[in-house]
Amino acid sequence: MSKPVNYETIEKAARTREKVKNAVVYTFLTLWAIMVLFPFYWMLLTSVKSYGSYSSEYIPKFFTLSPTFQNYVDAFTTVPLGQYFLNTLIFTVITTAVMLIVIIPAAFAFARLNFRGKNALFTLFLSLMMIPNELVIITNYTTVTNLDLRNTFLGLILPSVTSVFYIYLLKENFAQIPDELYYAAKVDGTSDLKYLLRVMIPICKPTIVTVTILKVIECWNSYVWPRLVTDDPAYYLVSNGIQEIRENGFGRENIPAMMAAVVVISVPLIVLFLIFRKKIMEGVARGGTKG
Amino acid sequence: MDNRNSKAWLYLLPAILFLGVFMVYPLVDVFIYSFEEGYNSASQTFFGVGGYNYSYVLHDPYFLQALKNTFILVVITVPLSTGIALLISLGLSSIKPLKNLFQTVYFLPYVTNTLAVGLVFMILFKKTPYTDGLANLVLSLFSAGPVDFIDGPYWAKMFVLCFYTIWVVMPFKILILTSALASVKQDYYNAAKIDGTSKFRMFRKITLPMISPMLFYLIITGFIGAFKAYSDAVALFGTNLNAAEMNTIVGYVYDMLYGDSGGFPSYASAAAIILFVIVLTITCINLLVSRKHVHY
Repeated sequence: MSKPVNYETIEKAARTREKVKNAVVYTFLTLWAIMVLFPFYWMLLTSVKSYGSYSSEYIPKFFTLSPTFQNYVDAFTTVPLGQYFLNTLIFTVITTAVMLIVIIPAAFAFARLNFRGKNALFTLFLSLMMIPNELVIITNYTTVTNLDLRNTFLGLILPSVTSVFYIYLLKENFAQIPDELYYAAKVDGTSDLKYLLRVMIPICKPTIVTVTILKVIECWNSYVWPRLVTDDPAYYLVSNGIQEIRENGFGRENIPAMMAAVVVISVPLIVLFLIFRKKIMEGVARGGTKG
Repeated sequence: MDNRNSKAWLYLLPAILFLGVFMVYPLVDVFIYSFEEGYNSASQTFFGVGGYNYSYVLHDPYFLQALKNTFILVVITVPLSTGIALLISLGLSSIKPLKNLFQTVYFLPYVTNTLAVGLVFMILFKKTPYTDGLANLVLSLFSAGPVDFIDGPYWAKMFVLCFYTIWVVMPFKILILTSALASVKQDYYNAAKIDGTSKFRMFRKITLPMISPMLFYLIITGFIGAFKAYSDAVALFGTNLNAAEMNTIVGYVYDMLYGDSGGFPSYASAAAIILFVIVLTITCINLLVSRKHVHY
C-alpha cells in the first residue's frame, strides 16, 4: 500500500503553479503592450511640451506639468499640414471610390456570369497577385511622366486603383450567394445590373466595407508612389509631408512641433480603427499583407 | 450567347484596362528596359541590347551595400518577429481577462503611418547636442556609453532598423497566429490531458502541427515583406539612404529612378528584377521546406 495521497497539497501546488504561470504571462504581455504604446505616449507627450522646455531637458522627462497647444497651431500655420491633409483625403476618397467601381463589376462577372475564356482570364488575374509593386512601378513612373501627369491627382490616383486581391476576395464572397436567388431574379425579369445592385451588393456589404477600410488604410499610408510622382509640395500627401517637414520644415530642432504634426497625421486612422476594430482585424486576417 | 459574352466583358472592361495599363504592360516593359543599354530617359534612345545593366548594378558598391543591409535585415527580423509573435499569441490565447484590450493595443502599429511613427523612433534613439535621447538614458542605467543610433556606427543603425521593422510587422503576425491558435480544436488538448501529456509535449505534438500552415504562411510573407523593406529605413534615416549606409534593395531601385542620383530606369529595372529573382528563389525554397514540415 502506498502512502495516502494528500489531495489538498496537490491542489495547492497546482493553484500556486497556475498563479505563477499567469503572473509570468501577464507580465510578458504587459511588457509588449508598453513597447507598443510607448512611442505613441512619447509623441503625445513631446507634442505638448513647449520648444523651450523640450530643448532644456538634457535628460528627457516622462511627463509635463505645463502642456501647451502652441505646437499644434505651429503645425498648421508654419507648414502646410492642412494642405497635405486635404490632399491625402482627396486621394484616399477618389482612389477608394474608383477602386470599388472597378472591382465590383469585375468580381460580379467572375462570380456570376458565364463567358468564353473566363477561367483563363481568372487564372491570369490570380497570377498578377504575385507581381511585386517594385517591378511595375518603374514603367508606371515613366508612363506618368510621359503623359505629363506628374504633380497631378490623376497621376497619383490612376496607378493606385488596381487591386487584384480585392477582386479575388469579393469574387469569393459573391460566389457564396446561392444560384437560386439569381434564377429567381431572372424569372422576374431583373437585369444583371439590377441584380448586382439590389441583391449582391447588399448581401456582401460586410466584405465591401472591409475592402474599403483596407484600401483607405493603404491609401492613407502610401509613400513610395506619391514620392515618385510629386515633387511639388502642393500635391504632397501626409507621408511625403512628414518627410518634408522632417527635412526642411520647422527647422530641424523643433521636435515638439514635428511631433504635433505626427499626432495629427496618426489620429484619423487610429480613430477609424477604434470604431471599426472588429471589421478591420477580421479583414486584415483574411486579406491583409504587411509583414 | 454572344450578347452575354460581350456583356460579361463589359463588366470586366475597367479592371482589364487598369490592370493592362498599370500592371501587365509595365511588367513586360521592365524586362525590356533592363536589357536596353545606355537608355536615356530624355531622348528615349539606347545604344544596344545586352546584360550590361545587370553587370553595372551587380558591381555598384551602393547596390552591394543595399544587398548586404537587406539580407541582414531579413535574417534578423523574420525569425525574431515570428518567434516573439508566437510567444505573444500563446500568451494571449491562455488568458481571458484583458485579452481583447491586449489584442487591440497590439494591433495599433498596423494602422499607423510608417513614416510618421518612424519619426518618433528616430527621436527616441537620436543623440543630439541637446540630449542623448531616451534610448541612451536606458543604456546609461546599464552604464553603457551613449551611442548615436541614427548617425552613429553601422550596427547601432542596423539595430534600430531591425527594432523598428519588428515593431511594424508584429501586429499582422500576432493577429494571424492568435486566430490560428483559436482554431485548434479543444478536443485534442482534452484527449492529451487525459493521457497525462506534458504541456511542452502538447505544444510540440498538437499546437505546432495544427498551426504550421499559418506559421509557414507568415514566414513566407515575412521574407517577402522584409526583402522589400524601404519606408522604415526612410522614416529613420531620411531620404538619402546611401549616405547613411542604410539603403535597401528597393531603396536602390527608387534612387536609380528618381532623386539626386536618379534618371536611370534601366539600372532600376535590372535591380528590381534581381530583387524579384531573389524573392522568388527564397519563396520556392520556403515552399519546398514547408512541404516536409507542414501538416494540412
